[in-house]
Amino acid sequence: MARITLEGLAHSYLPAPRGPEDFALKQLDHVWEDGGAYALLGPSGCGKTTLLNIISGLIRPTRGEIRFDGQDVTDLPPEQRNIAQVFQFPVIYDTMTVYENLAFPLCNRRMAPRAVDARVREIAEMLDLGSELRRKARNLTADAKQKISLGRGLVRADVAAILFDEPLTVIDPHLKWLLRSQLKHLHRRFDFTMIYVTHDQTEALTFADKVVVMYEGEVVQVGTPDELFERPAHTFVGYFIGSPGMNILPAEISGDRARIEGHELPLGAAYGRLPAGARVEIGIRPEFLSLARAGEAAGAAVPATIRAVEDVGRYRIARTRIGEHEVAVVAPEDGEIPSDGACVVFDPQRINVYADGHRVQEGG
Amino acid sequence: MDKTWNNKGWFFVLPVLALVLFSAAIPLMTVVNYSVQDTFGNNVFFWAGSEWFEELLHSQRFHDALWRQFLFSAIILAIEVPLGIGVALAMPRKGWGVPVCLVTMALPLLIPWNVVGTIWQIFGRVDIGLLGHTLFGLGLDYNYVRDPLDAWITIIVMDVWHWTSLVVLLCYAGLVSIPEAYYQAARIDGASRWAVFRYIQLPKMHRVLLIAILLRFMDSFMIYTEPFVVTGGGPGNSTTFLSIDLVKMAIGQFDLGKAAAMSLVYFLIILLLSWIFYTVMTNAGAERGRATGGEGGR
Amino acid sequence: MTEVAESVAGRMPAASRTRRMAGGPRLRRLVPALYIAFLLVPIYWLVNMSLKTNEEIVSIFSIWPKHPTLANYMVIFTDPSWYSGYINSIIYVVMNMAISVTVALPAAYAFSRYRFLGDKHLFFWLLTNRMAPPAVFALPFFQLYSAVGLFDTHIAVALAHCLFNVPLAVWILEGFMSGVPKEIDETAYIDGYSFPRFFVKIFMPLIASGIGVAAFFCFMFSWVELLLSRTLTSVDAKPIAATMTRTVSASGLDWGVLAAAGVLTIVPGALVIWFVRNYIAKGFALGRV
Repeated sequence: MARITLEGLAHSYLPAPRGPEDFALKQLDHVWEDGGAYALLGPSGCGKTTLLNIISGLIRPTRGEIRFDGQDVTDLPPEQRNIAQVFQFPVIYDTMTVYENLAFPLCNRRMAPRAVDARVREIAEMLDLGSELRRKARNLTADAKQKISLGRGLVRADVAAILFDEPLTVIDPHLKWLLRSQLKHLHRRFDFTMIYVTHDQTEALTFADKVVVMYEGEVVQVGTPDELFERPAHTFVGYFIGSPGMNILPAEISGDRARIEGHELPLGAAYGRLPAGARVEIGIRPEFLSLARAGEAAGAAVPATIRAVEDVGRYRIARTRIGEHEVAVVAPEDGEIPSDGACVVFDPQRINVYADGHRVQEGG
Repeated sequence: MDKTWNNKGWFFVLPVLALVLFSAAIPLMTVVNYSVQDTFGNNVFFWAGSEWFEELLHSQRFHDALWRQFLFSAIILAIEVPLGIGVALAMPRKGWGVPVCLVTMALPLLIPWNVVGTIWQIFGRVDIGLLGHTLFGLGLDYNYVRDPLDAWITIIVMDVWHWTSLVVLLCYAGLVSIPEAYYQAARIDGASRWAVFRYIQLPKMHRVLLIAILLRFMDSFMIYTEPFVVTGGGPGNSTTFLSIDLVKMAIGQFDLGKAAAMSLVYFLIILLLSWIFYTVMTNAGAERGRATGGEGGR
Repeated sequence: MTEVAESVAGRMPAASRTRRMAGGPRLRRLVPALYIAFLLVPIYWLVNMSLKTNEEIVSIFSIWPKHPTLANYMVIFTDPSWYSGYINSIIYVVMNMAISVTVALPAAYAFSRYRFLGDKHLFFWLLTNRMAPPAVFALPFFQLYSAVGLFDTHIAVALAHCLFNVPLAVWILEGFMSGVPKEIDETAYIDGYSFPRFFVKIFMPLIASGIGVAAFFCFMFSWVELLLSRTLTSVDAKPIAATMTRTVSASGLDWGVLAAAGVLTIVPGALVIWFVRNYIAKGFALGRV
C-alpha cells in the first residue's frame, strides 16, 4: 500500500505535441492518499483510462513524475510497480484453471511453490472462489472472471494500489451491486488504495470516499460526493453529476445580486470583481428550486413557462423555460404544479457563480 | 446458438444437394463402377470384384507414391505452420504496414497453380533463373531436373512460398482479435514473452490454426499442378505424388480400373484423416461455444 | 529498456505507446520484411523476364532488362488464341462465383438456423467434397460432361468447380450467419416480412461481408485451378492457364511470352486482393475468429 503522488503529469499520444489540444492529459498534480477509495469519474474520452494506465505503468507520461511513497517510479515497468489492475472486460487466461490463473503472477516471479499455494488459497477464500479453484477459468460467469482478474492483482503481497477500469460494464445489474459491496468490504478490511474509473455517477458516488472528476484531460474537481453535489467547482461537474444536472443560466453579477433575463435575484454571498470579459453564469440544482404561482411567491422568484412534467417515481421533474433557457425543477410528488402564471423560486444560499465555467469564490 | 428443430431446412439445402449430386455423386459412382470392372476395350466390361483393390494395395508403386505423399505433407506442415505463426506474430498491427503486408502476402494465393509452377521452374533453372544461377555461382551443384533431393527442395520451397501466407493470414486474424487489455494484464502479471504466446496468443489462435492445418493438409495431400509443371514427377519417380501418379495411370496409361480403385483409396485416406481433424475441431468449437454462451459454428 | 521503448514510442502513434513486449522491435520488422522479399523475388523475376527479348533471356544473365520491351505483351494482346484464354477464364470464374454463392446462401441459412434430420451428416458430406482430389474427378467429369454435351463449354468448368467451391461457400456463409443473432429473424417476422423479402432486404445486407468473403474464395479457387478446367475444355472455353501449358510444349522456348502470360494471370488476383484488402484478415478466418 502506498501514497501515490502525481506531479506535473501530462501525456500526449502524439510523438511531437504542440498545443494543449494535442494532449490527452493536461497538466495534473494530485496525491492519492494511502488507503483511500477514489473514483475517477468523467465522460468517455476525458483521459481517465490514460491516467490509470500511467499509474499502472502501461504508458509512460510525456511529462511529469509519479511517486509511490516518495519513490520515483516513472520509468518502472508495470511488473515492478506492484499494481493490480482490473479491466473493463474480464481478462483471464482461458486455458488455465482458476488456481493457475491466481498463481500466474507469483509463478512469473519465481516464488516458491509452497508460498504460492498458501497465498492463492488465502486470496481465493477472500474472494469466495475457494470452491472453484479446480475449474477451468473460461467456463465461469463474467462476475467470477472479474473476481479472478482482481485476485491476480491481490495475490501479490504489498499491492501498492488496485486500479479498476470500469470493471462492472459486463456484469449483470443485480450482480453489480453485490460485487461493488464486496469491493467496499475488501477495502474496509484491508485498507487498499483503490482507484475506480467509471463514467457512471451512481457507481462513483456509492463506491468512493473521494471522487475525482475529469473533463477534457483535466481534473476539474476532487471532493466528497456531497461537495460535488453542493458546490460543483465547474459547470461540467454540475451538469455531469445529478439527474437531472445543474441548471446553468447566463447572468450579470454585482455584489450579492444576480440579474438573469431582466430579473434580479439575491445571492447567498457577495462577490467581488469578476474577471473582465469572462462568461458569467449562475448554477443551481433542480433540487433547490421550487414552483409557485406568480404573486404568491416569496423571495427570489422568476416567472417561467412550464413545458412538460415528468413523473419519475418519488418526485416529479418540471421542465420549464425562463426566457430562452431550459430550467429543470424538482417538484414533490403531491405538490401542485401551476399550469400558467408560474414562477421558479430560487434558494439564494444554493446558487453558485461561475466565470468561464469555473466556480467563483464568495467574497474576494 | 439454440437452433430450432425444423425439417423445412431440407428445402433450403435442396439446391446445393442437387448440384453436388450432379457434380460429385454421379462422377463418384462412375469411379466406383470402374473400380470393380475390367475391360478389353470396345466398352465391354467384366466384373472384377476387389481385384483392382488387391492389386493396388500390394503394388510397390502405390506404396511409394503414398509414402512420398505423407512425407511431403508432413514436411510442408512442419515448415509452414511454425513459419506462418512466426510471421503473423511479427506483423504490424496498425499503420501503413498492415495493408502492405496483407496484400503482398495474399498475392501468391491468387496465382494460378501452373503459373506458380512456371515461376519456380524458371526461377530454379541454372541458365536463366535467378535462384539456380545464384546457387550455381556459389559453387553448389544444384539441378532440380537431375537430382532428386534438389527436386524435393525446390518443390518444398515452392509450396512454402505458395501457401505459408494462408497460415499467416489465418493466424493474423486470430491475433488481431485479442483485446489490448490481455497484453496489459500480462505485463502487470509479469508474464514473459513466451508465457504471453503460450497462454494468450496460442489459445486465441487455436481455432484458426486448426482451420489452417486442415486446409494445408488437404491441399498438400492433393497437390498436382505445381510439382507436375516443375518436375513432371521426376527425376525418375522421385516427386510423383499420389495425384500425379493417378493422372498418369488414368489418362497416360488409360488403366481405368486400377486408376479408379486408386482414386477411391486415395479419397478414403483423405476423408479419414480430415474426419479426424474435423472431429477435433468440432469438439474444440463446442467447448468454446459453451464457454462463451455460443458463438455458433462448428 | 526505456530508451528502446522511447524510440519505438516516438515512431509508433496512438495506443502502441504502451510498451510492447516484443523480442526487440527491429527483429519484429525484419521478419515480415524478409518474408515479403522471399515472396516477391520470384514474381519480380517473372516480370523481369517478361520485359526481355528471348535472345536476352538465354544469352545474358541480367538482374534487370537491358533492353526493356513490351513485345511479349503485344503478342498476347494481338493473338486471339492468347487473349481469348483470359476471357474464357474470367467467364467461367464469374459463373462459378454466381452459382456457388446463390445455392450456398439458403443452405448455409438452414445449417445456421435449423436442426433437421441428418443435418450434421449432410454438412460433413458436403465438406468431404472439398476434400476430394480433383485428380480423382478429372476422368469421370470428362465422361459425364461429354455425355450430356457440355464438353468444352464455360458452364461445364463452372459446374465442375462447384465441386469444391459450394462446400466452401456453405461453410464460410454458415460461419458468418451464425454470428447474426436469431432475434433479427424473429423481429422481422413479427414486423410482417415474408421470408424471401426478409432474406433479401434484411439478412443479406447483414452478412454482406460474408458473401464477399465467400465470393472471394470462389474466385480464388476457381481462378487458380487447372487440372479440371484443362480436362473439360479443348478450344472454345480453354482457360489461360491451359493455353500457357500448351505453348510451352509446342514452341518450347518462347520464355518471354510465357513470362508475360504468367504476369498477366497474376494481375486479376492482385486487383481482387487490392479491393478486398481491408477484409482479408477477417475473411481468411472465415468469420470464425
